[in-house]
Amino acid sequence: MAIDIEVNAKSYLIEADPATPLLWVIREELGLTGTKFGCGIGACGACSVHVDGEIARSCLIPIAAVAGKRILTIEGISAPNGTLHPVQQAWIDAQVPQCGYCQSGQIMAAVALIKKIGLPSPAHIDEAMTNICRCGTYPRIRTAILAATGQAAVAVQGHS
Amino acid sequence: MGIKRRAFLVGGAALIGGGLFAVSWSERTATRRAAKLVALDKAGVFQTWIRISEDDTVTIFSPHVDFGQGSVTGLAQMAADELDADWSKVVVESAPVNVAFANAPLAKGFAGELLPFSVPPFLQGIVGSSFAMIARNLPLQVTGGSSTVRATGQMGMRVAGAAARAALIATAAKRLRVREIELSTANSRVLHAKSGRMLRYGELAAEAADMTLSAEPKFKDPTAYRLIGKPIPRLDIPAKVNGTAIYGMDVQLPNLRVATIMAAPVRGGKLVGVDPAPALGIKGVEKVIQLDNAVAVLASGYWPALIGLRALSPKFSDGGHAALSSSSIAAAQAAKIKTDKPDHKSGHGDVPAALAASGVKLLEADYAVPFIHHAMMEPFALTAHFKDGKLELWGGVQDPLHSRKVAAEAANISTDQVTFHPMIMGGAFGRRLPGYCEIIGQVVQIAKQTPYPVKLIWSREEEVKHGSYRPQASARLKAALDQNGRIAGWSTDYAQSEDAARETRFVYEVPAFALRHYEFSTNQHDGPWRSVNSNQNGFYCESFMDELAVAANEDPYQFRRKHLPPGSRHAAVLDDVAKRSGWTTPLSAGHGRGIALVESFNTIVAHVIEASVADDGRPRAHKVWSSVDCGRIVNPDGAAAQIMGGIIMALSSCLDEAITLEQGAVVQSNFHDYPLLKLAQAPDVDVHFMQSNASMGGLGEPGVPPTAPALANAIFAATGKRIRQLPFRNQSKA
Repeated sequence: MAIDIEVNAKSYLIEADPATPLLWVIREELGLTGTKFGCGIGACGACSVHVDGEIARSCLIPIAAVAGKRILTIEGISAPNGTLHPVQQAWIDAQVPQCGYCQSGQIMAAVALIKKIGLPSPAHIDEAMTNICRCGTYPRIRTAILAATGQAAVAVQGHS
Repeated sequence: MGIKRRAFLVGGAALIGGGLFAVSWSERTATRRAAKLVALDKAGVFQTWIRISEDDTVTIFSPHVDFGQGSVTGLAQMAADELDADWSKVVVESAPVNVAFANAPLAKGFAGELLPFSVPPFLQGIVGSSFAMIARNLPLQVTGGSSTVRATGQMGMRVAGAAARAALIATAAKRLRVREIELSTANSRVLHAKSGRMLRYGELAAEAADMTLSAEPKFKDPTAYRLIGKPIPRLDIPAKVNGTAIYGMDVQLPNLRVATIMAAPVRGGKLVGVDPAPALGIKGVEKVIQLDNAVAVLASGYWPALIGLRALSPKFSDGGHAALSSSSIAAAQAAKIKTDKPDHKSGHGDVPAALAASGVKLLEADYAVPFIHHAMMEPFALTAHFKDGKLELWGGVQDPLHSRKVAAEAANISTDQVTFHPMIMGGAFGRRLPGYCEIIGQVVQIAKQTPYPVKLIWSREEEVKHGSYRPQASARLKAALDQNGRIAGWSTDYAQSEDAARETRFVYEVPAFALRHYEFSTNQHDGPWRSVNSNQNGFYCESFMDELAVAANEDPYQFRRKHLPPGSRHAAVLDDVAKRSGWTTPLSAGHGRGIALVESFNTIVAHVIEASVADDGRPRAHKVWSSVDCGRIVNPDGAAAQIMGGIIMALSSCLDEAITLEQGAVVQSNFHDYPLLKLAQAPDVDVHFMQSNASMGGLGEPGVPPTAPALANAIFAATGKRIRQLPFRNQSKA
C-alpha cells in the first residue's frame, strides 16, 4: 500500500506495511536519523516529531495514520539557509547536550511548547517537557527554554 | 572548529604517508604506525595526536570516544593550549582503532601513577592483571574510570602539544636564522618580535614534523593558559542540536539488513528450540537465526524484524536458576554476612576491641541496594559486515580497540582482519565496556549468515532485561561511640559479587576501622555503573555517619567535621558546601537538609540536599548544593555539567529504580516499570569547584555517590524516618 506523507516540506510516497511506525519510515526509508529510537512504547520521547504542528511520539504512530499529514523532524527546523531555530541556538548557548541522544526529541518538544504557549512559565515547562534524559541535562533544558523565549540570559557557566 | 568524524563509508584510501617523524618518548614503531594511520598528504603529523595542515588547520586525534562528558573537547583544549594553536582552526577526529594508539607510557601512567592503586577491578579482564599485560593490552582507547582527561590529557595531549610547539619554534629559528629564544608563539604563528617577521604553523609543519621531538618539552606556566581552565563551548554540541550527529544506531550502508534479538529470559538459560515459520511468513523477514542462548530475526528493517521476533514462541531453559529472586538474594546475603567468614578484609586498628570496650554506645544497621540498570538512552546497536574473510564493525563502545579483539575472537579470525569504526555513544555509564557487550558476539554470529551488512538493534525490552547491572548488595554497619561522642571503631560488612575495597575510601579519622567483603554471586552479569562500587558504599557509609551523629546528639555537619583532619581538603569541601547551602538557616515547614561527603576517583565531593516528602509519600529533592575538589579543571562548564548530570542520574536511581528478579528472570521491561527521573522532578543544582592544585581527579562519576545518602539524610531530617534500602519510592511520613 502506498502512503502519501509530507516530511520537512517534501512529499514522499511510502510503500510500507501500514502498521509500520512513522519512526522507522523516517529513519530507514527517508534516512533522516536525527529522530531517535529510545523505547518503542512512547515513554521516552526520543522519537518526538511534529504532526500537523502538534508534538507526537513517532514510535507509536502507524504510517497509515499520518497519510496526507505534515511531519516536521529535527532536520527541518532550521531555516533553509541553515540559520538555527532560536531553540537550537539556546541549546548551544546553554551547552545543554551531553550524550545528545535524547536532544532531538527534547528540542522538538520545546519548539512545540513555545509555539503553543509563547512564553512558557517554569510550571509550563515542567508539565510539557516529559522526555527522558539519562545524562541529567534537565536544569540546562529549563534554562535554554527560558533563554530561547527571552526570559533568561545564558552564558556558558564558568563556576556555577 | 568542530568535530569531524572519519567518513565511515570510506576505507583506508585517505591514509597516505605524509610527514613521518621519530619520537623519542614513546615506542617508535607504535608511534610510526599511528602516524601512518593519521597522516594526510603534505601535513605535518606530531606524535600520535596532532596534525597541522598547510592551511593551519590543527587536527587533534582523540583515542577516546565521547558519550557526552565533553572530555574530547577537554583533550583538544589541552593540546591546543600547549601548542598555542588558533582555536578557531582546531578540529577533532577519532583516532583509528589501532594498537598504536594504546601506548605503554600512558598505560604505565594510568595504572601506576594517576591512581592510588593498580588497575581498578572493573577494568580487569580488559587489561589483564600483571603490568606486562597492562602495558601491552591496556587499551588507552578505554573511555571509563573518569580517566580520559587525567591520563590521556595530562600525559599525552599536553606533551604532544608542547613538543610540537618546540619543534615549530626550532624550525622557524632555522628559517629566519635567529635564536630560538627570540621567538614567541601565538594563534598558530611563530613571531620574531625584533624584526616583525612571522611564520604560520602551516608553513612550518611538514619540516617540523621531521624533527625528533622532545619527550620532556617545556610546559606553559599555568598563568599563561588561554584554553585550559576556560569554559570553552563543546565541539560536539552543534551536531547534537540539528540531527546530524551519527550514533551507532544511525549507521546506514548499502544493502543494510536489520536484526533484533531475544536472549533467554533467565540469564544462564539456553535456547531449547524455536519454530521459525511464524516469522518467515512476515513480509521483509529473511531469516530466523538460532544462537546458543538467543533467537534473532534478520529482516529488511527494524519493524519487520521486531514483529517477526514477536511472532515466535521460542523455548528457553532456565539454567537451573528458577529459584532465584531478589528477596531470596537479600536473605542469603544478610545470612552470609551474619554467619560466614569474609573473603576479603582491610582496615586498621582493633575493631572488635573497640566495639567491646566498656562505656561505649553501640550502633548497628543493615542496608540494602537493588540491581540498577544503566538505561542509556541509545539501546545497543552494532553493525557488522563479513566480506572476503574480513570483518568490519560500526558502533559505539567504550573501548573500540578491545571490542575489535572480542569481535575477532568471536569470528575466529585474526585481529588485523577486523576494522572497528567507533561511533558516538548515546550514553554508556559503564554499560559499553567490552566485557559486558554481548552484542559484539551476537552480531558477529548473525553477520556470518548473510552476505550483507547487518545492524543488530536491541529493543528497549532486551536492553532492560539483559543489563550488566550495578549489583544487588547488602551491608551491615557497626560502630561504637566513646563517651566524648567520637567514633571509637567502625566496621562495614558487605555482600556482593565484587570486592570493592579499592574504590571505597573511608575519609574519616577513627582509631579502628574494618571493611569486610563477603563474595556473593547470582546469575546476573554485575557490571560497573557510573561511580561503580563507590555508589553503594557511599550510601551505606554516609547514611550510617548520619545515624551516628544523631546517636551522639550532634549536628551531622559538625559531627563529620570533627572526624576530619583540620586543614584537610575534605574539611574544606565540607565547610564550603555547608556555608553555601546556609546549613544552619531556617527551612520551610516539612523540609529537611541532608549532607554527605564521598571521595571517589580522586575527587572529593560533598552535597547538601534540601528535601521534603509530599502528602502522597513521594520524596522530593528541592535543591542540591555541591562542592567539589577535583584538582585543576580543564573546562569548568563541562565539569559543572558532569557533576550536575551525576547528581540527577543518582537521584533518579535512588528514588525509583530497581531491577528485580523473579524465578531467575528480570521482572522489568521498559520505562513504564523502570521509570527514570523526569524534568519536573529535577531540582536546581548549584555546583562549586574549590580552588585546588591537587592532582587531577575524575568528574564523570564523583557526583553520584554522595547523592543517595544526602537525600536519605534530608528525608530523615524532614520526617524522622531513616531510609536504609534503595530505592526510596514512597515514604509515608513517620
